[in-house]
Amino acid sequence: MLANLIFTLAISFPIFLNCQSKFIKLDGSSTVFLVSEAVAEEFGKVQKDVKVTVGISGTGGGFQKFCAGEIDINNASRPIKKVEMEACNSKGVQYIELPVAYDAISIIVNKKNTWLEEITLENLKKIWQPQSQQTVKLWSDLNPAWPKEELKLFGAGVDSGTFDFFTEVVVGKSGSSRSDYNSSEDDNVIVQGVAREIYSLGYVGLAYYEQNKDKLKVVPLRLSEDELIMPNRQNVLNGTYKFLSRPLFIYVNVSALKKPHVKDFIDFYLKNAPKLADEVGYIRLSDELYSLARKRVENVVVGSVFEGEGYKGGKKLEDLYASLTPQNNP
Amino acid sequence: MRFGNKTATRRELIFYALCLIVTSFALTALLITVGAIVASGALKLNLDFLLGFPSRKAEQAGILPALLGSAYIIFLVAVVSVPIGVLSALFFEEYLRNGPIKKMLDINLKTLAGVPSIVYGLIGLQIFVRTFDLGRSILAGALTISLLILPVVVIASREAIRQVPGSFREASYALGATKFDTIWRIVIPFSLPGIITGSILALSRAIGEAAPLICLGALTYVAFIPDGLFSPFTTLPIQAFNWISRPQPEFHQNAAGAILILIILLLIVNSLGILIRLKLQKRLNLG
Repeated sequence: MLANLIFTLAISFPIFLNCQSKFIKLDGSSTVFLVSEAVAEEFGKVQKDVKVTVGISGTGGGFQKFCAGEIDINNASRPIKKVEMEACNSKGVQYIELPVAYDAISIIVNKKNTWLEEITLENLKKIWQPQSQQTVKLWSDLNPAWPKEELKLFGAGVDSGTFDFFTEVVVGKSGSSRSDYNSSEDDNVIVQGVAREIYSLGYVGLAYYEQNKDKLKVVPLRLSEDELIMPNRQNVLNGTYKFLSRPLFIYVNVSALKKPHVKDFIDFYLKNAPKLADEVGYIRLSDELYSLARKRVENVVVGSVFEGEGYKGGKKLEDLYASLTPQNNP
Repeated sequence: MRFGNKTATRRELIFYALCLIVTSFALTALLITVGAIVASGALKLNLDFLLGFPSRKAEQAGILPALLGSAYIIFLVAVVSVPIGVLSALFFEEYLRNGPIKKMLDINLKTLAGVPSIVYGLIGLQIFVRTFDLGRSILAGALTISLLILPVVVIASREAIRQVPGSFREASYALGATKFDTIWRIVIPFSLPGIITGSILALSRAIGEAAPLICLGALTYVAFIPDGLFSPFTTLPIQAFNWISRPQPEFHQNAAGAILILIILLLIVNSLGILIRLKLQKRLNLG
């Protein structure tokens, strides 16, 4: 009886080797995953014989695999770092860097918060910098007119690209943040926390605010006397919400790009990214930027325009990508 | 109230109440969890969801690749870890002499059973994916999970083997049976129900693991059915984890649906184990 059962299971299990099929392997950031997944899904409807897989091992984890030549495309929520460039160079992996969408961070507070109508970057720094852990504990520590209640903070977990970017822009040093806040890699947890606590403040990706508009209040950014910027699609696209928005990238292995089905996929990606990026909750780039990206693919322009430096808010990407000369081409 | 054959003392009553409260806490928590999952996931239990492929649109997304990925992994893990685990346990209990070597192996084994699963993920990545060059395949995933539950299988099997009364062995030897005969005809049959229970518990743990597989490079978006040992794959916990972290509430429902199906898969595996055990016990007339 037992032997029978095992036997039946064994023969019904398809133990044969893979038949030759065309694979495209993507991995990397969980943020960019949403765009790449959407593109992969649509691409699968057009080219049924190509199998596209997308993993989530984080931008850094993805680059490790990418530079070891294990994957074709890396999803990256930040530009490639110096050490990663060296790793790729030493393995002879050449890559093309393509921006595909913007992600924006929105500052959120509880619906019942009546005092915070806008916030400046200085105030955000005052809240989030490490030394404020001792000095900014109550809302009234920021402004005497505000409630004498404990400021309950919610933010991104230290392993996320959102955390790196937010601290870089707000505190001035990537990874530098006070640590006495509720952190989560999952933005939904931050949304729930802020929706529950009246005296809370947090930051999440724009899509998470948009999906929970009924539960949260968003705080616009005060840049100067006459610049009060709401985090929304239009302001990200026209560059006014530049400080808390960041580009998302894919990095394509040049030798993989020589395969026709990978090239097809990249062409398809850049063509459909505007629509799909919007659909999954990010913001499309300008048409100009997409066509500059297409040119980089056509001319096989290798390297990163950031040359190992991080993305600092406020630079116009169109200018960076205008030049088609290869960077650090070995 | 009476406990045993004496009237309960005050202390006993308090202890009884404490046990009852703690148990009902645990059960209530379990009920609430399952209730919440059923409430939000039950709607998802339809064929479209079961036979669908992942999608960025929550209402179109299905779990077929993840479900089959999980099923294949469980099957392979059982095939790999149970025989190795049982043989190691037999070696430990029947062949290895008491002494420093046994003691050292024993400590190692128990430590291994407590190693966090992510560590096995890293080992699997280095050994199976890179050194053996199996790639991020079902095979590499199954071997890693097998490694993870192997100590548990060994410990449970050893426990079951030790439960076989010494008098049975002695009777066997007295009748002139060799050591091999004794193990094959006495020890294994009589410890098998216990071994199966232990293995099923270990396999249940394997079904729920996501961390080592993610670390290994199991994928999240796989829109095709794994078609062999070297195929890329995803599993139910990974799919659920991915859906739960998305902004749209519809995806959270999908996650609940995936978890519900994971629980059903778990129940199927468990009841299969119980059935086999009952059958064996009946044959041994122990039941």
